[in-house]
Amino acid sequence: MRRHKLALCADCYPPWFQGQVDKTIRRLQMFGKDDRILVAVSGGKDSLTLWDVLLELGYQAEGLYIQLGIGGDYSAESQRRVAAFAEARGAVHHTVSVRDAYGLSVPELAQQRRRGHKVCSLCGLVKRYIMNRFACEGGYAALATGHNLDDEAAVLMQNALHWEAGYLARQSPVLPSTHPNLARKVKPLCFIYERESAAYALVRGVDYIYDECPYAVGATTLFYKELLNRLERTSPGAKAQFYRQFIRAKDSGAIQFSEAARPPLHDCDACGQPTSAPGMCAFCRLWHLGEEGR
Amino acid sequence: MLVEYRGEKQDMKGGMTARDLLLKLNLDPEAVLVVLNGKLVDDSVILQDQDAVKLVAVVSGGH
Repeated sequence: MRRHKLALCADCYPPWFQGQVDKTIRRLQMFGKDDRILVAVSGGKDSLTLWDVLLELGYQAEGLYIQLGIGGDYSAESQRRVAAFAEARGAVHHTVSVRDAYGLSVPELAQQRRRGHKVCSLCGLVKRYIMNRFACEGGYAALATGHNLDDEAAVLMQNALHWEAGYLARQSPVLPSTHPNLARKVKPLCFIYERESAAYALVRGVDYIYDECPYAVGATTLFYKELLNRLERTSPGAKAQFYRQFIRAKDSGAIQFSEAARPPLHDCDACGQPTSAPGMCAFCRLWHLGEEGR
Repeated sequence: MLVEYRGEKQDMKGGMTARDLLLKLNLDPEAVLVVLNGKLVDDSVILQDQDAVKLVAVVSGGH
């Protein structure tokens, strides 16, 4: 780990890694040992690494897997690995199938909409809605996701290049619940590099799905990650510096956003879930419009 | 040595560091981990002709 000027053996790396994550959880007061946490798990390295770390540290972490119905065995294989992970550790996990719950898989929905929606953005909307609803209805103290520092730095770069004030205002390792139906969201791996997360999974023998989602090819996030990695090659620690300083500047008030960047939330007319504009939320609009097109 | 990356296998000559191998294959050392004979190694390790090398891409995206 060039940014830490540290080289650890396979025995010492997992406890070091777990300690780094625990420090973030405690310093940012994400949750405590008495809290029930819902971990969003995809079967990929980051979410399974996060779940493994939380269980090893003694947190009450339950998994939520969303079956998106992505073909080429991607969803079936990721579901199998999540189930095997949970069984091996005696961990509680839940599965929500998008097709069973709403009638169509994500690729089927994207195809039917035919409105230029990219599958990734549509998939993100569906996952965020299901995760939030499940966490709220289940009474969990927080919804934890496996976003790592590379994810966060890539999003930050993208939003800063476009001066997306609303997104920049909301980007944070801890998103408090500001609505009765909005779950508190936390990102315990936000200061962990993606390669550190993958290394943890390999050293711990976490059987994650190596294959990338077939729809992620050419995704914008990958382009920004590549740019940041170029920077990191010549200046180790640059990615961490970029993200950490942004969070520090926000926390200290050096960067401030007006209230206009944080619009008040409304109740969706159809489902009661929070939405930034009056009327129906984006999720309900998506499915209702989808039904009209059938 | 046998080098595997994203399911594809190829024979290559040893005698170079893992980092040099990544650069030779046009891979970003920041975005790939090197597993040598089943064990995760630092990219300064020198690879030998009889080694089995698995290169693991770490970057995911699309969300």
